Amino acid sequence: MNTAIAEIQPGKPILAMDHISLSFGGVKAIRDVSFDIRKGEIRAIIGPNGAGKTSLLNVINGFYHPQEGIINYKGAKRNDMKPYVAASQGIARTFQNVALFAGMSTLDNIMSGRMLKMKVALPWHIIRFGPAEREEIEHREFVEQIIDFLEIQAIRRTPVGRLPYGLQKRVELGRALAMEPELLLLDEPMAGMNLEEKEDMSRFVLDVNDQFGTTIALIEHDMGVVMDISDRVIVLDYGQKIADGTPDEVKNNQNVIDAYLGVAH
Amino acid sequence: MFYRETGQFKTSYRTDQAVFPIKQDAIGIWVLLAILFIVVPLTFNDFWLNSIMIPTLIFSLAAIGLNLLLGYAGQISLGTGGFMGVGAYSCYKLTTIFPDVNILIPILLSGFVAAAVGVLFGIPSLRIKGFYLAIATLASQFFLVWAFGRIEWLYNYNPSGAIEVPTRRIFDIAVTGPHATSMTRYLIILSIVVVLTWVASNLVRGRIGRAWMAIRDMDIAAELIGIKLLQTKLTAFAISSYYAGVAGALMVFMWLGAAEVESFDINHSFLILFMVVIGGSGSLIGSFMGAAFIWVLPIFLRSAPDYIGLEIGAATVEHINFMVVGALIIFFLIVEPNGIARLWQIGKEKLRRWPFPY
Ligand SMILES: Nc1ncnc2c1ncn2[C@@H]1O[C@H](COP(=O)(O)OP(=O)(O)OP(=O)(O)O)[C@@H](O)[C@H]1O
Ligand SMILES: [Mg+2]
Repeated sequence: MNTAIAEIQPGKPILAMDHISLSFGGVKAIRDVSFDIRKGEIRAIIGPNGAGKTSLLNVINGFYHPQEGIINYKGAKRNDMKPYVAASQGIARTFQNVALFAGMSTLDNIMSGRMLKMKVALPWHIIRFGPAEREEIEHREFVEQIIDFLEIQAIRRTPVGRLPYGLQKRVELGRALAMEPELLLLDEPMAGMNLEEKEDMSRFVLDVNDQFGTTIALIEHDMGVVMDISDRVIVLDYGQKIADGTPDEVKNNQNVIDAYLGVAH
Repeated sequence: MFYRETGQFKTSYRTDQAVFPIKQDAIGIWVLLAILFIVVPLTFNDFWLNSIMIPTLIFSLAAIGLNLLLGYAGQISLGTGGFMGVGAYSCYKLTTIFPDVNILIPILLSGFVAAAVGVLFGIPSLRIKGFYLAIATLASQFFLVWAFGRIEWLYNYNPSGAIEVPTRRIFDIAVTGPHATSMTRYLIILSIVVVLTWVASNLVRGRIGRAWMAIRDMDIAAELIGIKLLQTKLTAFAISSYYAGVAGALMVFMWLGAAEVESFDINHSFLILFMVVIGGSGSLIGSFMGAAFIWVLPIFLRSAPDYIGLEIGAATVEHINFMVVGALIIFFLIVEPNGIARLWQIGKEKLRRWPFPY
């Protein structure tokens, strides 16, 4: 495990992926992909279905281990690691198909994002008075700020399993934010949302990036959103990177146009 | 007074996170405790204490233990009976070796032995889930019962193979053995159960409880927010088994007075499991409701026909009991997985609005 990590200046790469390949048996999900994510930017990952976008996020947060390639995170080469190690190094994420704790309330879901920051040991929890309660209140205050920020005060006590999809996505973002991540990975945060919800979510993403300086990598299918909010875009197709650049550069790239229009390879 | 939370504004997160944030509930719990500690001992006779209150409390404790594991951490166990046995035999050995030590100490320490055994048998939960974990814990149940029967040292080489509870006194008052009165035993059990319930509610309201519920609801996401699955699951097994162990020690030392291998067999594991399912998995109050319901139902069925002048044979009562419990388990599993506790909660929500329909 490599925890000796340097502080990265804005604009410098926080994460660099070097010739990454990942396959499942015969399926090559990612083929020789290299790119970097700079501190403070919003990096979009786009591509047709099955292009390998989710797999790429899974590699970044230690879920999948690539067969080839080198990952540099915050200036240090990163070895294969468990997701909770990635979490402790400041990587948080949301999932394509919401992965909330369905039986828990909105508040508890977001509080659970503070898990790594809560240190008081078990014996104190047995009596709760004192350190355990103080810690709980301290983190509750932080979580309430997130709840205010995401405008979900009204559903604080509702078990998230009963919430509509759009709100679940918002709570999931809240849980990731509670981790105070340096690098936030969002897997299709606006999928299945109506226009108004998408606008809200875009605003939250921009505000997070702006107010907390959080670096964000997001997968999104809605081109309008991608062009509006991202600084740089990677385009994947069949596991390969076919374009990388600013939204304008990518938009006019012939490979990208072909991939999206389904030109034969 | 109406049951309302209107007008009760929480001015701090501390009060908002209290066990019973609504004032009427908080008052209710103190009233209940006063009844249990004062009114019950003054009014209940030996039959009521011995056959209803004491066993209900002991089984509630075991049910809380299983509920922490199953209802909160989502790990199934069919080994509760065995873990109760570990508690009982440990207590027996401890008080044999240290006969002069206050008996409450072996009772509370025996839970730690059960916790250690629980951790050992909880290790498979790392690799296996659901049905397969159930089978693995079933194996631990059979192994433990086998050990209780085979290791003669555990029952002090008693030819009958049973453990017999010696008389132990606190301040010259007999608290275990044939001279201990029902009232003494009831009050001790009640005190232990109240304290351990309070501890359980502390655990589930904080970080520990959230980690348990997180692995129950979605272990992949739990790992991703930094929860270590191994540690969290084993903590759940340890604490759950502690409760089962203490319940087992209380069962033998403060209720039955003697026990043999059969007292900890698979039937007890199922009994406690049914209490959790019917009472409400994931609810501490539900553990009490389930225990009371399952324990009192057959007693009620046995005596109710008498009151209305019906003659029903003991065997028939058994059958009716089985049918009612069986039907209810199916009902709760399908219709209301959160058990009686959920029905209680729905009732309270209705009451909060009453008498207005909306
Ligand atoms: N755990 C896995 N086991 C086997 N194959 C997998 C696994 N995960 C992904 N794949 C395969 O890898 C390829 C890329 O999948 P991935 O989910 O990364 O695509 P995606 O770009 O996120 O697609 P979508 O837009 O549909 O979400 C697909 O062919 C998929 O079937
Ligand atoms: Mg995907």
